[in-house]
Amino acid sequence: MNPIVELVDNSFIFIIAISVILLVGVTAVMIYFVFRYSEKNNPKPDQSITGSTTLEILWTVIPLILVLAMFFYGYEGFKEMRNIPPNAMVVKVTGKMWFWHFEYDNKKVSDTLLYLPQGKDVRFELMSADVNHSFYVPAFRVKEDCIPGRTNHMWFHTTNVGTYDIECAEYCGLNHSYMLGKVIVVPEKEYLEWVNKVDSVKTPDSLKTDSLKTGTVKTDSLKTTQLKQDTTKSPGSKKDSIKVVQKDSVKRKEK
Amino acid sequence: MANGTLAKDVSYLEYEGKHKGLAGWLLSVDHKRIGLMYLMGIMIFFFVAMTLGVLMRLEMLSPGETIMKPATYNSVFTLHGVIMVFLFIIPAIPAVFGNFMLPIQIGAKDVAFPRLNLFSWYLYMIGAILAIVSLFTGGGAADTGWTFYVPYSIRSAQNVSMTTLAAFVLGFSSIVTGLNFVVTIHRLRAPGMTWFRMPLFVWGLYATSWIQVLATPVIGITLALIMLERFMGIGVFDPALGGDPILYQHLFWIYSHPAVYIMILPAMGVVSEILPTFARKDIFGYKQIAISSLGIALIGYLVWGHHMFVSGMSDTSRIVFSLLTFLVAIPTGVKIFNWVATLYKGSIKFSAPLYYVLGFIFIFSIGGLTGLVLGALATDIHVTDTYFVVAHFHYVMFGGMGIMFFATMHYWFPKLFGKMYNEKIAIIACTVIIVGFNVLYFPFFIMGYMGMPRRYYDYLPQFQGWHILSTIGSWILVSGIVFMFGNLLYALLKGPKAPMNPWGGTTLEWKVPSPPPLENFDEIPVVTGGPYVHDKQTYIMHPGKEGIKANGGTKTVNQEAAL
Repeated sequence: MNPIVELVDNSFIFIIAISVILLVGVTAVMIYFVFRYSEKNNPKPDQSITGSTTLEILWTVIPLILVLAMFFYGYEGFKEMRNIPPNAMVVKVTGKMWFWHFEYDNKKVSDTLLYLPQGKDVRFELMSADVNHSFYVPAFRVKEDCIPGRTNHMWFHTTNVGTYDIECAEYCGLNHSYMLGKVIVVPEKEYLEWVNKVDSVKTPDSLKTDSLKTGTVKTDSLKTTQLKQDTTKSPGSKKDSIKVVQKDSVKRKEK
Repeated sequence: MANGTLAKDVSYLEYEGKHKGLAGWLLSVDHKRIGLMYLMGIMIFFFVAMTLGVLMRLEMLSPGETIMKPATYNSVFTLHGVIMVFLFIIPAIPAVFGNFMLPIQIGAKDVAFPRLNLFSWYLYMIGAILAIVSLFTGGGAADTGWTFYVPYSIRSAQNVSMTTLAAFVLGFSSIVTGLNFVVTIHRLRAPGMTWFRMPLFVWGLYATSWIQVLATPVIGITLALIMLERFMGIGVFDPALGGDPILYQHLFWIYSHPAVYIMILPAMGVVSEILPTFARKDIFGYKQIAISSLGIALIGYLVWGHHMFVSGMSDTSRIVFSLLTFLVAIPTGVKIFNWVATLYKGSIKFSAPLYYVLGFIFIFSIGGLTGLVLGALATDIHVTDTYFVVAHFHYVMFGGMGIMFFATMHYWFPKLFGKMYNEKIAIIACTVIIVGFNVLYFPFFIMGYMGMPRRYYDYLPQFQGWHILSTIGSWILVSGIVFMFGNLLYALLKGPKAPMNPWGGTTLEWKVPSPPPLENFDEIPVVTGGPYVHDKQTYIMHPGKEGIKANGGTKTVNQEAAL
């Protein structure tokens, strides 16, 4: 099993288990008190109870120990996420309104579909061409933002052959919810064949990625029309963005 | 026996001063009238934002286009967030009930600066109007999300500038109110009311007010920088001009995380008011609850980084912020345990406000405990920016603050308006609200862990079942809310007259008539004991000079209710 997935799921189960015990405990005691000490069952309230130092210490110290344990679990998983194997293969990921662009070791590129060999550690260099995005692969329990002007890193291990969803998790405008993709993990031999085949290279800026199925036909048509409309409005490269900012301010001055 | 009957027995609702009719309200500096004016505004915006929320749920009923286009959806969730956060959640309890109850609870005739108080209401309304106008002018409603993250918010062609200006103005309203409350609490407490004799609602407001004064200026500066960036391209945040988008996130959350505690602390204060009243006994662990409010406010300042665990912040700062985040859980837990312990050996009168509080404790506990999942680094990296986060903050904000706002309305309704409502209907409505709330938001946790990102107009087919369930929940919740307000509205028009102290409360607001007269007290009372003592009197309502001297409170209480 993928070590990161295991660590994340285990800390999740640990935290949720303690939480459920606490929640059920607090709720049960509360409901019991409401019935046991109702006006009918207990007509005379006991005015002498105003607090208890022992209890206060107990319910400060025990939760403190519990949350420190949770912190530690979370920290352990995080350490694994940041502990990028030095010999991992590198894929450059660029988020761009509204698709993913991948560049492999040998300069081969692809859009939307990320091909990876099975059983490898993969390190991602995350960049953005315009606004903030976040590269999220739920099946591998990892995400990291793509911020323009800097390079972020993350990694995962491709354990099993299969197809996994890629989603953009940082809101990035009109077609944020269509900024999807797929991780396609294939046996290493197949991957090498694919990555070395030069003629299948797509143009990096191709926007019409039909290979991605979002589920409905309706959404697909919507996607392409709006993409066209909006690329004119929203800048793709840095130079453009300055222009747009200026244009905006000019417009406002006219008003 | 001090029963607080006044010689000039004209309530604040009927009083006529220099101005009459509408002007008597719009120009009134009476803290109670200002509180009610806030209530009017806040209710309107709550219904607007709730409607937007229902529309979002409708859109999520099926993948692809259901009732609106993606551009519309993006503006709808932005406005839902902006209106809920800045116009409802932040001001609701402090501005309405804080204004109304704070001076009465500490035995004062008004807040320290009544005119400033009215001014902050006008700021609130100006901000609100700007927010509404921004919908229909410029490039259309803002589509950035309520977080206004750069560089998107700088590049968006929509009318982001006016929406940020609105939030900027609203920030000032918040600062002014906070300042006013801090001074009021320091200077205007009745003789004998020491810090540890203050009602816990006042403690909640005190902690909140400090955050408002100290943290809100940061968001003001940040939003101003966004406007400068949009108009002049100064390049503080935009990487294309050499700026840093992460800097924006830091500045935004330095305010907006403490703001979460601005939202919840007053609500927690009301919980501590309602429980002893209906348990008919003193609160359990008064000092711990009071101090934990300050603890939450203090630690709350230092945890903003947990909103940015995947932003590319350094690993060390992620670890430190995670650790600090877990520490906030401690004072919060202390509160919950003390509340439940208050019920022990009480003589519990089961009424609508208490029922809301029990619902609050259950829902808020879920919200708090799922917060632990978000505080832990490994799990946060997986579920941040997904529906899990959306579920968490709706459990804390709506389930916490929102449900407590409803509880507060039911608790103080008789005092505000001097009318009683139908309790049976209130309890039924509360049940519907709690059921609807959980059906609506619980599926979000599951979808979030499955990997459904937030702010998605469209979604992958595997999520549809949960989305349908959640949308059905939204209908249940809304019918509960409408039912509840219908009941209160009916009571307002046709309810029977409320007595001075319908619940058997022990704090000062229950010692003055319902509704209270213009300056609350004909004579400033003297305080001789804690706020929730049920078996003896801790207030002398008509002490005279002798009474003040005898009880050690020669401190002058300077409160000219300016009229």
